[in-house]
Amino acid sequence: MSQPRKSRPGRLRQGGLRTALPFLAPSLAGMLVFSLLPLLISACISLTDWNGLDQLLAPGMFAEHFVGLGNFQAILSSKEFWQVLGNTCRYIVLYIPCMLAASLAVACLLSQPRRGVTAFRVIYYIPVLTSWVAASLIWKSVLSPQYGALNNLLAIFGIQGPGWLLDEAWAMPAIVLVSVWKDMGFFGLILLSGMIGIDKGYYEAASLDGAGPWARFWRITLPLMTPAIFYVLIVSLINAFQLFPQIMIMTDGGPNGATQVMVERIYKYGFRYYRMGYAAAFSWILFVIIMVCTFIQMKGQERWVNYDS
Amino acid sequence: MKKHKKLFALTAGLLTIALAFSACGTPQSASGGSSAAGTSGSDTGDAPVTITYCNFNSSGGNEETLQKMYEDFHEEYPNITVEIETIGFDDYFTQMQTRVAGGTAPDCYELNIENFAAYANKGVLAEISGVDLSRIDETALNAFNVDGKQYGLPGNFSNVVLIYNKDLFDQAGVDYPTADWTQEDVQAAAEAIRALGDDIFGIYQPVTYNEFYKVAAQYGGSLLSEDGTAFTINSEANVKAAQMMVDRVLESNVQPTEVQMGGMGDWDLFMSGRLGMIPTGIWAFGTFAEGCDFAWDIAVEPGADQKATAFFSNACVINADSPNKEAAATWITWLCSSEEAAQLRIEAGWDLPAINDQAALAPYLEQTPPDNRQAVFDSLEYLVLPPTIEDYALMSDIIGQKLAAAAAGSMTVQQALDEAQSECEAQITLQ
Repeated sequence: MSQPRKSRPGRLRQGGLRTALPFLAPSLAGMLVFSLLPLLISACISLTDWNGLDQLLAPGMFAEHFVGLGNFQAILSSKEFWQVLGNTCRYIVLYIPCMLAASLAVACLLSQPRRGVTAFRVIYYIPVLTSWVAASLIWKSVLSPQYGALNNLLAIFGIQGPGWLLDEAWAMPAIVLVSVWKDMGFFGLILLSGMIGIDKGYYEAASLDGAGPWARFWRITLPLMTPAIFYVLIVSLINAFQLFPQIMIMTDGGPNGATQVMVERIYKYGFRYYRMGYAAAFSWILFVIIMVCTFIQMKGQERWVNYDS
Repeated sequence: MKKHKKLFALTAGLLTIALAFSACGTPQSASGGSSAAGTSGSDTGDAPVTITYCNFNSSGGNEETLQKMYEDFHEEYPNITVEIETIGFDDYFTQMQTRVAGGTAPDCYELNIENFAAYANKGVLAEISGVDLSRIDETALNAFNVDGKQYGLPGNFSNVVLIYNKDLFDQAGVDYPTADWTQEDVQAAAEAIRALGDDIFGIYQPVTYNEFYKVAAQYGGSLLSEDGTAFTINSEANVKAAQMMVDRVLESNVQPTEVQMGGMGDWDLFMSGRLGMIPTGIWAFGTFAEGCDFAWDIAVEPGADQKATAFFSNACVINADSPNKEAAATWITWLCSSEEAAQLRIEAGWDLPAINDQAALAPYLEQTPPDNRQAVFDSLEYLVLPPTIEDYALMSDIIGQKLAAAAAGSMTVQQALDEAQSECEAQITLQ
């Protein structure tokens, strides 16, 4: 440390680590006990037909219940898995573009240097702070086909609203609608910080060259915001795969399985049907899918994410 | 910065799984130092014992009633101390599962009928023996008997009766339902009431699993073969029963569709005065007595080829690993069958004690409305019990989902039950 220019990066890191370790230890311990250990245990459970009730640590438990890769085989060859994966993908395909567009719109609105904009920043953030349970219950009544606010609003314009959560075709779009409403404040705020961080000089130069507001948005704002957008995409994709509370409260997987998604299945198998081994294997499959998607996103970022600013 | 993002993404991914499985139960010192004393003697007469009892049924209004029951019990058995823990229904079963698996289950606890079968078949419950069960209602007791072994005691019971709006019957000029009514009489009355107005409906009997197994029994059907080794979900009688239920929604529309209900609760519909009949649990009495500004009464549920009425009960069970099984058995037997507990239960309007002592139940009959409270007990003659199979929840979810699809018109009844049959066969192994 005394000769920073000479020391090799490895040594430097080691020295830094030694200093940092005491500070890291508490959170590291938490991570170990509450994340890594359960992760490891769930990997073991996924190889068994454990029912979630027998005492896990009893001697001979593992050997007695060991089924190898049987759970994975059963899941991947079941019709249900592919249906549920399809439902999850349907959600993602609808949710990500809508959420991104809405968050961008929010960020654009909130970046305007006008009076009262701070109040709006708070207002857009309120749904984020609302618990999913409360939000879902309120939306459930808003989306009620007969008496709900939304369909009555549509009726004013002469539109006969669909059955929303009760209609197989409309249930997933309804879930997407609610999720976008809830998430756009959070992602909008992240995009906003990306937007605010852009050097004003670029805009001044562009204005001098005669660029209009649209051109400035497309040519300057959007390209320089790509790191923020990239972050939003990664986080929202992971969130989307883990779609759960709004489903449990608003539809419970219905109607006729149209909104059954992966985490909903994992929960039901683990805690309702007492098939913990199967549920653990299911969650590992979900983990691999998320890993692969995130990896692809990471690799793909070189093509479009701009870190120049 | 880039590295942080990678780490973040990785962590977030890891959390997916961690979250699913990190449900941590609070370890509890189940029985403290007195546990050794409890097991050493064959009679629990002298040595003081402390046991733990978990329940969900008293949460939300009857915690004090339960506490009073315990105080009476403790007076009678001063050597047994019971630590009562009440957990809300929504969290109860995940918590109990974690505790049982973690070896920190309470000495005795409460289970609903759906989860009882799973627990009993997985060997985590102790057989209840050495206590006097003669005061407990036999049908209710049988619901928790698996292969001749008593794994649970019915702490309470509720059944379903036909509740009807007298005013709507008067307006439609139809005679009130009687105990002899069949589904055909119901249909005729429902049509007459439906004709009263666009938003007035005849009956609400949801096309759900719970209603289906009962109506199926009225038509002579059942979900399992008699020896319990095969599913018979798509049998002729079952299809007939389900068809009748679905036709009321889609054909005659005497029953509102999900969309016509528009997310309104079925009890709310009845209390709004726009529903003629509703077969529902006797636990609705209190709510209806307060919420209805019209006259209503009850009758034994109608039958078809035969009568069949639904029955619900929660079981008090003993943890197989408890060191204090005898004390636990003493407590739950007292809770389920003693006169004091029964009296407190009825006084509080909590629910009915599952006892066969008519005299103790008399105060229940004196309360009105409904006037025809006797129908609650008359219904007990026709009880049909749901099959106690290990994968009960999975079976009921599969059947429920298919029935809902049929009621929404997205598949025929035959298709729905065929699919339910094949999915249950594929996913559930019957012992």
